[in-house]
Amino acid sequence: MSLATESLVNDGSASVASPSLVSRATAKDYYELLKPRVMQLVIFTALVGMMTAHQAINPVIGFASILAIAIGAGSSGCLNMWYDATIDSLMERTAKRPIPSGAVAPGEALAFGLTLAIASVVFLGLITNWLAAGFLAFTIFFYVVVYTMWLKHWTAQNIVIGGAAGAFPPMIGYMAITGSMNIETLLQFLIIFVWTPPHFWALALVKSKDYARAGIPMLPVVAGEIETRRQILIYSLILMPVGMSPSLFGFVGPVYLAISTVFGAVMVWLAYDLFRKREGEPARKASYRLFGVSIIYLFVLFVALLVEELLPNLAWSHFL
Amino acid sequence: MNNESFPKPIKLSPDELARQKSRSRALGLVLGALVVLFFAVTIAKLGGDVFNRPM
Repeated sequence: MSLATESLVNDGSASVASPSLVSRATAKDYYELLKPRVMQLVIFTALVGMMTAHQAINPVIGFASILAIAIGAGSSGCLNMWYDATIDSLMERTAKRPIPSGAVAPGEALAFGLTLAIASVVFLGLITNWLAAGFLAFTIFFYVVVYTMWLKHWTAQNIVIGGAAGAFPPMIGYMAITGSMNIETLLQFLIIFVWTPPHFWALALVKSKDYARAGIPMLPVVAGEIETRRQILIYSLILMPVGMSPSLFGFVGPVYLAISTVFGAVMVWLAYDLFRKREGEPARKASYRLFGVSIIYLFVLFVALLVEELLPNLAWSHFL
Repeated sequence: MNNESFPKPIKLSPDELARQKSRSRALGLVLGALVVLFFAVTIAKLGGDVFNRPM
C-alpha cells in the first residue's frame, strides 16, 4: 500500500489527518510509537528479574538482553497504536499520537512494529536462549492480539487479563539469564499483575467519557463509577499482601518488607479515599492521586527488590 | 523518450527536508549502534579467541 493511497479507516466521526505522499514523521514520532514510558517500566522490571538470578552476568549480554526485551515491548506498543489508530483519534488522551495526528502512516507503523518484533525475538534468542525469546514473542502476541485486538474491545476485564502482558518482563529477564523460571519472578509477575487494575481504573475514572466515546468497555463505562471504586479498593487490598510476598516467602529481607508494607498501606488508604469521594473536584483529585502514587508504588517496590538483591553481594565483596 | 511518462519529482519544503534529515540522522545512529552492539555481543559470546584461528 503506498503512502498516497493509504488512509485510516474511520466512521466519519473521527478527525484523522490523511497521510501525504511525503512522510511528515520525525525520528521522535517513531520513538513515540514505542510507548517510551511503558518501555521504561519494562526495562526496569526486566533488570530486577535478571538480578534475582544471582548469577554472574556478562554486562554486554545483560545490556543486549534488556535492549531486546525493551524493543520487543516497544514493538507491541507500536502495533497497538497501529491497530487502535481510529479509536486513539477519538480520545483526547491519545489524539496526538503519531498515527492519528497524521505524522506516521498506519502502514509505516505496521511495518516498523513487525520488523522490531521479529528482530527483538530473534536477537534475544541468539544471544541468550530460545525459552526467553519464545516468552518475549508470546508477550508481544498476548499484548497485540489477545489484549489489543480482542479483550480491549470486548470485556470490562480487559486490563485485568491484559495486564499480564505488562507483568511478564521480570520473568523474561530471569529466563534470559538462567533459561528457566522461578517462584521469585512469579511473585514479581503477580505484583505487577494485581497492581495494573487499580492503576488503570484510577485513570479510567477520570477519562471515562473518552472511553465511552471510543466505545471501549472500560469498567467505569460498563459497570459505573461506584462499582469501579469498589473494585479498585478490593484490588488494592489484595495488592498489599501480594506486594509483601517476596519477603513473606523469604526471598528478600526486612527492608523490603517494611517498604512494601508502608507503601501497600498508602495504596489502600488512597483507594479508600477514592471510594469515599465520589463527586466533583475532590473525586477527580483522588483519582489522579491514586494513579500517580500507584506509579511511585511500583517503582519503589522494584527499587527495594533491586537493592535487596544487590546489597548482600556488595557487602560480601567489601567485608570478606 | 517521452519525459511526460515519468512522474514529476517531488520538491520538499524546508520543513519536510528538516524532518527527512531528522529521520536519516536517527537511522544512521541506530545502524552505527547496531554495528557496535553486534561486534560487542560477538566478542562477549565467543571470547577474545575469535581472532585466534588458523589462517
